[in-house]
Amino acid sequence: MADESGVLVLGDLTAGALSLTSLELLAAGRGLADSLGQELAIGVFGATLDQPSSQAISHGADKVYAVTHPLLGDYQVDLHLTAMEALVKEANPSIVLIGRTNQGRELAPRLAFRLGVGLAQDCLEVSIDASSSKLLANRPVYGGNAVAVVSFNYTPQVAAIRPKAYEPLEADASRQGQVVSFPVEIDASQARCQVVETVEEEAEGVKLEDARVVVSGGRGLGGPEPFAVLEDLAKLLGGAVGASRAAVDSGWAPSSYQVGLTGKTITPELYITVAISGASQHLAGCSGAKVIVAINKDAEANIFKEARYAVVGDWEQVIPAFAEAVRELVQE
Amino acid sequence: MSIKIAVLAKQVIDPEMPMAAFRIDSGAKKVDTPATIPPVVNGFDENAVEAAMRIKDSQEATVTVISSGTEFALDVMKKPLSMGADELVLLRDEAFANTIDSFVTAQLLAAAIRKLDGFDLVICGRQASDWDNAQVPLGVAEILGFSCITLGKMVDVKDGKVVVERITPDGYEVVEAPLPAVVTVSNELGQPRYPTLRGIMAATRKLPTIWTASDLAMDAGQLEPRMSLLNLFVPESNQQCEIIEGEDAVDAGRNLALKLREAKLI
Repeated sequence: MADESGVLVLGDLTAGALSLTSLELLAAGRGLADSLGQELAIGVFGATLDQPSSQAISHGADKVYAVTHPLLGDYQVDLHLTAMEALVKEANPSIVLIGRTNQGRELAPRLAFRLGVGLAQDCLEVSIDASSSKLLANRPVYGGNAVAVVSFNYTPQVAAIRPKAYEPLEADASRQGQVVSFPVEIDASQARCQVVETVEEEAEGVKLEDARVVVSGGRGLGGPEPFAVLEDLAKLLGGAVGASRAAVDSGWAPSSYQVGLTGKTITPELYITVAISGASQHLAGCSGAKVIVAINKDAEANIFKEARYAVVGDWEQVIPAFAEAVRELVQE
Repeated sequence: MSIKIAVLAKQVIDPEMPMAAFRIDSGAKKVDTPATIPPVVNGFDENAVEAAMRIKDSQEATVTVISSGTEFALDVMKKPLSMGADELVLLRDEAFANTIDSFVTAQLLAAAIRKLDGFDLVICGRQASDWDNAQVPLGVAEILGFSCITLGKMVDVKDGKVVVERITPDGYEVVEAPLPAVVTVSNELGQPRYPTLRGIMAATRKLPTIWTASDLAMDAGQLEPRMSLLNLFVPESNQQCEIIEGEDAVDAGRNLALKLREAKLI
């Protein structure tokens, strides 16, 4: 394990283009590569790859590994893992960045174990220690109640970055970079997991992760019916509805609504929490919201420590009046 | 044919404890274990026990719970037995400290699974509520060369395969894999069953198998931590909260809308 150099981002695609998370990883990786005075590379995986390469270069990559194989067209965990392992061994980077997305949650730990190295999971911030040139990673632990700063005893240093922890760089079409074709050897027998059915239960309208306004309900709602009220309010505001884990565990909202450490990470302009106490577990999913509004009858609730505006009161009285006033204001 | 299931479970500080009791010993870089608040079985691991018991409800199966640590509250760790698990194996050694390093923990648990031999299925919680690493189960799968499916909300064994409803951002997908397999489960699986009186009685009579480092014949490289913890701190919030008042709650709701309009948020 000698001569490792540079930063390698493991990218992924959305509809043939680099995903938003991949662009965020390039921004994080660019900072690290500049601190080290080394190269930033990205691996993209697919059956055929054209568009992502120029996109990666304009967003900060010095080098693009186009990792192609007919079997990489659709995501399959075991095959992507094999391709990623092969690329890391070929590129021999000192740092590997991967997104802690739904796929990254299963790819990153397995990749680290295959390489026999450590993984810094769910990082909010990565930087280079000036004296040792080693990677430092800040990551929330204990459900977000604490933050751990970790470093690595082995290379490559692998970090899974929480989506939306970084903002993509502005695209610069004048940037130059190199595209390297890296065909991998994989075969279908390596795919052990088979998806036999896909069931979507996402609500209609604005996607939770993309919404400018999110209205979430928690344990204090007391049942599933109030979620209809929140749906109406969200519709008025052009937003989406979310839920705390307590509400999902009670069966009041589908799991695709869950905001938090083990649910979705959201970064809306406005986040309205209704009868949510604000456990760290929940805040871990919404700490990137610009403005948090809390409506809760318990004046001691933790959510008030994170909120910009709040009403201490029973949601059954506050929300109808609030929604009515919003309706008037929106129609003005 | 009886299905042999292992459940990996961790003893953790109760994550539901009052925030005021959460303290960090910054010198030792660890969270102080509050003497007055008993530890619990990690919540997602109780979901894993429940998943194993649901399989055992419908077909012939044995359930062995395996845990690693330096010390155990035996009454806490016996809870899976009182829920119906058959056997408890504790890997207990001063060398098995609960650190942020998942690599070593996965090596220990994989070694125990190998030693016990013949497991068809290993079910684990998606992550532990202390270090939130979500790595050990996937590491165990890699070390043992088992199939691996994460984030299950339903787990079943059919025709020599494991079938899992796996949670996705938009809903779920049904995934199949050949045995032996590691599966992680999430809270969407549903409430773990309550121990029955009979279960509690049976659990009191069962003694755990306890293995130390020497029983597991680990080599030095497997016990070499991959990560270092440099600092551990409680993040500070400097958010100033403006409480919107009114004559009553209805009035306050109206005033909140006006305030948000004023701030150009709606």
